[in-house]
Amino acid sequence: MKVNSTNSQTLARDAVPPITLPREKTLLDMLYYMKLTRELEFRIERKLYRQGKIVGGVYVGRGQEAIAVGSCIDLRQDDVVCPSHRDMGAFLIRGMPLRTILAQYMARKTGATRGKEGNMHMGDLSKNLVAFVSMLGDNVPVAAGVGLSMKMRGQDRVVLCFFGDGATSRGDWHEGINIASVWKVPVVFICNNNQYAYSTPLERQMAVENVADRAEAYGLPGEIVDGNDILAVWESATRAIERARSGQGPTLIECKTFRMTGHSAHDDAGYVPAELFEYWEERDPIHRFEQFLTDRGLISTSGIDELQTRINHEIDDAIQLAEKDPFPEPEECLKDVYCEEAGNSGSDG
Amino acid sequence: MPLTTYVEAIRQGIWEEMEKDERVFVLGEDVGIYGGAFKVTAGMLERFGEWRIIDTPISESGIVGAAIGAALMGMRPIAEMQFADFISCAFDQITNFAAKCRYRWGAGVPIVVRGPSGGGVHGGPFHSQNPEMYYVHTPGLKVVCPATAYDAKGLIKAAIRDPDPVIYFEHKFLYRRIKEELPADDFIVPIGKAAIRRTGSDMTVVTYGAMVHAALEAAKELEREGIDLEILDLRSLLPFDKQAVLDSVRKTNKVILLHEDTRIGGFAGELAAIISEEAFEYLDGPIRRITAPDTPVPYSPPLEEFFLPKASDVIRVARELYAY
Repeated sequence: MKVNSTNSQTLARDAVPPITLPREKTLLDMLYYMKLTRELEFRIERKLYRQGKIVGGVYVGRGQEAIAVGSCIDLRQDDVVCPSHRDMGAFLIRGMPLRTILAQYMARKTGATRGKEGNMHMGDLSKNLVAFVSMLGDNVPVAAGVGLSMKMRGQDRVVLCFFGDGATSRGDWHEGINIASVWKVPVVFICNNNQYAYSTPLERQMAVENVADRAEAYGLPGEIVDGNDILAVWESATRAIERARSGQGPTLIECKTFRMTGHSAHDDAGYVPAELFEYWEERDPIHRFEQFLTDRGLISTSGIDELQTRINHEIDDAIQLAEKDPFPEPEECLKDVYCEEAGNSGSDG
Repeated sequence: MPLTTYVEAIRQGIWEEMEKDERVFVLGEDVGIYGGAFKVTAGMLERFGEWRIIDTPISESGIVGAAIGAALMGMRPIAEMQFADFISCAFDQITNFAAKCRYRWGAGVPIVVRGPSGGGVHGGPFHSQNPEMYYVHTPGLKVVCPATAYDAKGLIKAAIRDPDPVIYFEHKFLYRRIKEELPADDFIVPIGKAAIRRTGSDMTVVTYGAMVHAALEAAKELEREGIDLEILDLRSLLPFDKQAVLDSVRKTNKVILLHEDTRIGGFAGELAAIISEEAFEYLDGPIRRITAPDTPVPYSPPLEEFFLPKASDVIRVARELYAY
């Protein structure tokens, strides 16, 4: 069966535990954030969107939850994350409240962008979250600049920068990876290689086998991990974060995964062969990790059910609140184009 | 007091802000060891070191993207485009990332993107452009085009201190051709304020950049014929000093809009619309435009001479308008 047309490596169905494991609390947090991501995006895509309560586009990362969660779970608060559109777990781990996220999708004044933007286009500098733009790959040089600022100031902070396989064809991606490597700035570049850029499969995107192969051309380490194995993601990210923090420069981590939906909520992914979905369904990152935890007695089946119930309640409550939140006043359209305290006089802000 | 050239004024402005504020740094192609293609950053590497005067690869989008990232972290980057023409390579980062951050998620991006624009030095199609209107059409940006050494220094300092992204177009024709005595004390020129370069009564010439000097030259000639021009130098295009334009037009009742940029979609069109909307009853003649023709900037001297608006064009149009 043709599983990954440009990659001969097949992925194990069971997670192979790394030599070192995260602390037990971290393991349980990982499960919580993956399941929270899955359920939140399920409600967004399959409920709120279909009920007409989300008026704009919806892009989810079903099947890719291990990547953002496994790489962000051990970050420090002063580290910076530049997520892309299939990294909901990053927002949750950084502390973006569920109500704020749901209000964002439902275009409310209380959303992360006060109604100015929709879906995953959220940022909050107080949480060290940088909002991405729809021109994919643009956040790569921006992350290099975030890292540059850290390096200039002698800080031991790091930046995690996310993108998909599609973004790696953009010039900005290449410029950004190159300058980050030339400057040896503390950035970890994380690719969600979900094998499709909208409807375009990998073999129509690139002539190399792996995104990580491109790292060599820019003089930085490139690693390939099973993106559906949260422990593999965690282990690779931990190593790369340590490299960055100790001044050894950036790393490119390619997480092989699969997009278990269409590109967006209005795309039925009819162009994806059914057997690919079947293959990757068997490698679902949450089921695999649940198996890993139950096998080791770290959580029971009923414990998993209780966790799911708790998550459902948290999301129910947040939806209720967000649905009652007001829309922005129409005139707010005119606000915040410029720093209003500064006026237009070029004063210091 | 010694006289300071336009290029030296920019250099002084950056230098002083870097001395005063350690968040300020420069990144761009050949800005360090070489001191910049036009020597705007000459001597800075020695003074500030390689992490505040950063030589970059040829990656305009990467340069501006990195400037944005550093600015989000509280730095005050100045990104040099070796020629303003090359800013097109960074268009996406400027217009989609930098310009929209505050509106979208409340994050200010205090960057300056600066570079030499304009013709008159036989630079040809890719070293002579006036790309200001691409950015004037982008809410969230500020765009300035200084015409004097005083403004070059005052506006670069204001741009560096500004909490929003500022696109600073310096005019390469003016770099070493104009000089003046500058105050020794710290000063800024506020963004969004025009300056009257010559007070007159018969008609107003609204202009900016190198064309300010073409207008002044024409005014000298026209004075002998008894035609008295008022010359308004916009200095900033976004935001621009609408009140100063309207005040001057209401006073002189005739107006010529002059710029080196090409005609269709040039700033003159916007000004004409605003004057029609808000000062129509004050007009005693048609609004006249003097601009470059809608072509790329050609290289050969007779072609470039034909392309660039000049004092003789102002004289001709002013005579026609005076007689109207």
